[in-house]
Amino acid sequence: MIWNSASDFFAMGGYGTYVWGAYVVTAACMAIEPILVALRHRRVRRELAAEEERR
Amino acid sequence: MTTTSSRLRLYRFASPATFYPLAGKLVPWFAAVAAILAAWGLWLGMLRAPTDATQGDAYRIIFIHVPAAWMSMLLYVVMAFWAAIGWAFNARLASVVARAIAPTGAMFTFLALWTGALWGKPTWGTWWVWDARLTSELILLFLYAGYLALVSAIDEPRRADRAGALLAIVGSVNVPIIYFSVVWWNTLHQGASVSPAAAPKMAAIMLQAMLLMTLAFWAYAFAVIFVRARAIALERDNAASWAGAAVGRTPAQTEATT
Repeated sequence: MIWNSASDFFAMGGYGTYVWGAYVVTAACMAIEPILVALRHRRVRRELAAEEERR
Repeated sequence: MTTTSSRLRLYRFASPATFYPLAGKLVPWFAAVAAILAAWGLWLGMLRAPTDATQGDAYRIIFIHVPAAWMSMLLYVVMAFWAAIGWAFNARLASVVARAIAPTGAMFTFLALWTGALWGKPTWGTWWVWDARLTSELILLFLYAGYLALVSAIDEPRRADRAGALLAIVGSVNVPIIYFSVVWWNTLHQGASVSPAAAPKMAAIMLQAMLLMTLAFWAYAFAVIFVRARAIALERDNAASWAGAAVGRTPAQTEATT
């Protein structure tokens, strides 16, 4: 552990805006994309299951 | 086992009926590996690696910037490869995989540009320059966007696959241009951090963190692309017996329709 305190960590030696701006957007993209593909997969499964019911 | 039967076994994986459940089984493993490696890589990179002597803590963007940039190029090559296979051998699943890769590749390209801008501002004093590395990476984003727009604009799926394959193959010329741009042209962008020809130009702990994050992104890409490929395969083959089986049609009915 190289940081003395939590505020030290968040400040990133004065580059906090840049470092966290990069990390937050990356984390958001990589959190949202799996949700979107899971929803797409679930939607097509549900549609297919409904079709099977009608058959 | 005869040669014929082993060849048949291999071809089985080109069938959506085999791919669908197999990919479904692999997804949780790739997701778990991605989470573990990302946690490990972030712990090393954000909590253990020392502050850089020249760039201060701004350099920590490298742990997501380089993996995102590598994935953006790797995924493009893999996409073009499967699109070409799908076209040349009329292999539908290969085309489905190519289409499943494109959105994830585009996302990593955007992230490479975004994190690069946020790294460029404190170190170069500018968010953006029109130099070879940045411009060719931006062209990569346009190639992904063009591929996605093209395949979604053509209604007939196999025609869309072929048109997309042509665009993907022609566009793959851009990938070596991105990779070697820092060698071929004068640029603000630094040279390769890691190359097969030379010793790494960074401390061991920084390199470890960057490689762990790369493997985490790679596993993430596998997980997301497999889920998307399963969804696309179902969307396309919704009338096929394997698709019915995948959503719980009884085996007897499946047997009857096969």
